[in-house]
Amino acid sequence: MLSLVTLVVTGLALVPLGYLLVRATERGWDGVAATLWRPRTLTLVLRSVELAGTVTLLCLVLGLGLALLVTRTDLPGRRVLRVALALPLALPSYVAAWSWIGVAPDVAGRLGSVVVLTTISYPYVYLPALAALRRCDPALEDVARGLGTRPAGVLWRVTLPQLRPAAAGGGLLVGLYVLSDFGAVATMRHEVLTTSIFRSYRASFDRTPAAVLGCVLALLALLVVAVEGRSRRRVAKVGGGAVRPQRVLPLGRGRWWASLVPVAVLVAALGVPAYGMGRWLVRGTSAADPAQLVAALGNTALVAALGALVVVALAFPLAWLAARHPSGLSAAGIGAAYAGHALPGVVVGLALVFFGVRVTPGLYQELPLLVAAYAVLFLSLGLAAIIASVATVAPGLEDVARSLGRSRAGVWRDVVLPLTAPGAGAAATLVFLTIMKELPATLFLRPTGFDTLATRLWGHVSAASYAAAAPYAVVIVLAAAVPTAMLATGRREVAT
Amino acid sequence: MTLRRPYHLSLVAVCAALALSGCGGSDAGSGEEADDGPAFTLYSGRDEELVRPLIDQYAEEAGVEIEVRYGDSAEMAAQLLEEGDGTPADVFYSQEVGAVGALAKADLLGSLPQEVVDRADERFRPAEGTDWVGVTGRSRVIVYNPDLVETPPTGVLDLTDPAYRGQVAWVPGNAGFQAFMTGFRVSQGEDAAAAWLEEMQANDATVYEGNSEVLEAVEAGDQPIGLINHYYWARTAPEVGGVEEMASELVFPAGDDPGGLVNATAVGVTPQGADNAEAQAFVEYLLSEEGQQYFVEETYEYPVVDGVADPEGVPALDELEGPQLDLSDLDSLQETQALLTEAGLLS
Repeated sequence: MLSLVTLVVTGLALVPLGYLLVRATERGWDGVAATLWRPRTLTLVLRSVELAGTVTLLCLVLGLGLALLVTRTDLPGRRVLRVALALPLALPSYVAAWSWIGVAPDVAGRLGSVVVLTTISYPYVYLPALAALRRCDPALEDVARGLGTRPAGVLWRVTLPQLRPAAAGGGLLVGLYVLSDFGAVATMRHEVLTTSIFRSYRASFDRTPAAVLGCVLALLALLVVAVEGRSRRRVAKVGGGAVRPQRVLPLGRGRWWASLVPVAVLVAALGVPAYGMGRWLVRGTSAADPAQLVAALGNTALVAALGALVVVALAFPLAWLAARHPSGLSAAGIGAAYAGHALPGVVVGLALVFFGVRVTPGLYQELPLLVAAYAVLFLSLGLAAIIASVATVAPGLEDVARSLGRSRAGVWRDVVLPLTAPGAGAAATLVFLTIMKELPATLFLRPTGFDTLATRLWGHVSAASYAAAAPYAVVIVLAAAVPTAMLATGRREVAT
Repeated sequence: MTLRRPYHLSLVAVCAALALSGCGGSDAGSGEEADDGPAFTLYSGRDEELVRPLIDQYAEEAGVEIEVRYGDSAEMAAQLLEEGDGTPADVFYSQEVGAVGALAKADLLGSLPQEVVDRADERFRPAEGTDWVGVTGRSRVIVYNPDLVETPPTGVLDLTDPAYRGQVAWVPGNAGFQAFMTGFRVSQGEDAAAAWLEEMQANDATVYEGNSEVLEAVEAGDQPIGLINHYYWARTAPEVGGVEEMASELVFPAGDDPGGLVNATAVGVTPQGADNAEAQAFVEYLLSEEGQQYFVEETYEYPVVDGVADPEGVPALDELEGPQLDLSDLDSLQETQALLTEAGLLS
């Protein structure tokens, strides 16, 4: 049963890759070679890799550092900061990029792309790091301290290694997201693989070069997944341990200075976009229609909720299989899911157009196919969170419960589900937030006349009605703030 | 063993509740007492804000229900190419001729009646066949910021002058720019086009993603000069409070300067749309006096039929000069892209 579900999930995740292969090779291998051997292709690959690498590194530093600051020190205002620091995740990259260009036009290019992508994607590392810090067993640190290790040594040799799986998983999501992003790099005029793919569709209606470059992106993604897999294997499994309040490091007078770091991050990540949208609002004379805004908000919540549910339902069996009975099938499913996350939405959207018209014409441009597209695009977000939580369920626990007379269903209800619920909740929230800002696949696959906040925002901006567009950007962030705050404050005390 | 975590499951439950309530709601919302469903489906590559009032007006007058899907012209063309025969679309109204041209080439368009195509001025219809027809005209222009530029250029050929070094913003990836480059190649010759590109690059022209971004940059004073379509400027003016409030000004290139190319938005029908009388009637309406008048007043574009006055605030269509060629001369887009790729401006 589990294998069957996994087979279906893997099949779904492979749809975009299959489509890319069909389109890339439709003019024979000469067509593929013609695109691959352009000197420009290598340049673009290197630029994409360089950008993904830089942003991932910066996000690791920021995400881990901020998580430590707000959980392990007596930083003033740390409770508020803890939630606020997660909010930039809700910002669409294009909104952040437009705002930055408006405030500081000189950042256009590589610098601007790095700034925008780092400020909106460090929460991918920050959030799991926060959760992992709460789960850490303080006893380990106490032992190290008891053995005479200095605080810096404890941090470096005991605390950080425990964060490694969370950091690696978050870093992977950042890397893949940067590979797939179009909004920030296009606005910042930094040419990478995705801008080239979009241009190929837009300017020439020629799908072959776009598909070849799409395959290159998918390969890069698999490479990133492999690198992350290696870093993960070198980590010893960490037991649950007893959870009690963590030791807090007093920063003394430095605490006010230290609080400048998260404040600076917030100014860059939320302040600049807020200023940018404010400028749009006062500059223009157009106005958003409140009825349309409310309808779009409802539609967005609907598709985001459906997508989040489907992703959790699909990711769970795959994660379970990968943790308990790893096989070629589960590895293929996970690889395909991660590759899907590195593909630009336009590619996944067109793949489902191709597939939908031919295989499920009755569902074409209906909600189910749109939700399926979200599942393909964001399955990896769900997987990352759920795999981590499934790993915390020691098989021994189930055996013990069984031996104590619980039924199979009882074991799931009383042991497995409670232990994996935080992961499932985190997965649902991450996917919900990300779907709220998704644009290209939504444009292709939404039911005709069905508008989300993102499609309305895009429509107003492309018609140059900036003042009408601004409220949509603001509502996306405000609406996203609710689940983000829940995710950042969610209690995770697990006593086993 | 204490397990106190109702919160996380409740998150998933909230999602489920939202999903369920939404499903019920969306059913109620779409029930517009459609007796026999929409008369036809329109794919609009033009912005909803710009064309929706016209479509609503027609739907009311003709008493039909129209299903309209909005998107980006090029991406809709890509979508139509993927959909093939399975497309739900009957009519495709595109921002540019290139997108309908690509569909015509792939044999995905049906025929329009000859008399409808003939209503448009000769320069706004295909050289052969009746696969599509132009709906409105737009001119390529140079936009500049008078605070930053003392002597504005009179045409794109001036822009290679060292005086404009590092000042010009252009959009090599944009369909409108590529149409202009195609016009350049056809009217001035391949060598002249290649040389101009090279000199522009040597003169440090800055690459932008789209016309709006270029205009935005010139307006804000970040960029002294840009190459765009005239209506971007014309429709931004009311947004900031009128023509007087615009920081930038336009130059309509004079003489046979290739920068003055006049291009068009275009409409076509799919094979199933060709058999749909309601769909064909809508195309006819776009070319009617009423339809044309709407575009002149609302989008500041040039009408393509005789007897409708040109928009205010911009030179008359007849006064525009530009290269002597018609739109079907612009079908050698592949060669233009090869040229741009060779120059390192496209990949």
